Amino acid sequence: MRNYGYILVMAVTTYLIRVIPMTLFREEIKNRTFRSFLTYVPYVTLAVMTFPAILEITDVPWISWVGFITAMVLGYHKVSLFAVSLGCCGLVFLLQLI
Amino acid sequence: MQRQLYLKGMREGIPVALGYFVVSVTIGIAARMANLTPAQATVMSLTNLTSAGQFASFGVIAAGAPYLEMVVSQVVINLRYCLMSCALSQKVDTKLPFYHRLIMSFGITDEIFGLSISQKGKLNPWYTYGAMSVAIPGWTLGTLVGILSTSMLPQKFLSAMNMALYGMFIAIFMPAARENKLLLPIIFLSMALSALFHRLPCFDFISSGMKIIILTLVISMGAALLFPVNEEEDREGK
Repeated sequence: MRNYGYILVMAVTTYLIRVIPMTLFREEIKNRTFRSFLTYVPYVTLAVMTFPAILEITDVPWISWVGFITAMVLGYHKVSLFAVSLGCCGLVFLLQLI
Repeated sequence: MQRQLYLKGMREGIPVALGYFVVSVTIGIAARMANLTPAQATVMSLTNLTSAGQFASFGVIAAGAPYLEMVVSQVVINLRYCLMSCALSQKVDTKLPFYHRLIMSFGITDEIFGLSISQKGKLNPWYTYGAMSVAIPGWTLGTLVGILSTSMLPQKFLSAMNMALYGMFIAIFMPAARENKLLLPIIFLSMALSALFHRLPCFDFISSGMKIIILTLVISMGAALLFPVNEEEDREGK
């Protein structure tokens, strides 16, 4: 039963982290620097999470690099999200079979 | 309109669901090692949706540590969701009813947030609900499969599925980088600093979740001070 206690504590904590700013900032924030900061946050955080972690998804470094570069090039050319995602996923799977 | 956006969210949520399923299988395997029952592990995934947070929780649970320790570890690991929540609060209509904010908040994960923030103009909650409605079952089922199965899924398959998740991240920030010329150097700088932070042994004492927070804060703040976003451009939406 104690495990459910832990799960409840976890769930409440993670939910509060997610819900507080979303419900607190109901007005448009006027400060230009803060607005700029919030504009950059998603892209910076996604870039930081992607690299270098993406290089460690397979045991063969060059395959990971190929997947990474393929996704970067396709993404830059505005190929759809679904196609980029499944394209590099399929490519990495095939390269591992060689 | 709502229906279309919901379906769009579901469609774009499919890569997320696949990626989640795979990561979640490993969560299930870790849960078994921490002596959780399949029901407990499944409930945890359904109510938490946080890979790093759940991995960390198994250590806390296995050690029988006080609840406070669970709170602190979850806050530190998941603090980035707080930043994402701030950004999302500005992406929705100021008149959006309170209950929508409450439901959307539950789905703030790296991936669902990434999809939501990349929508043109103001974010309609139904898009986010569409993504949540495929991603959350993917996450929950993965854990169940993981805890019930011994490692029957081949490693090569799991690696490829992981690639789908990162491919999706890239497909979110690269198109934006094409539209805003300042973003590309900022993204490359972020990656370079991330690699440096990751490789240098002197930063080993900082957890990977914390590294993401520190880098995000420092780089975004620096970029905001040096290159404030043009308000007109910003109104049109990113």
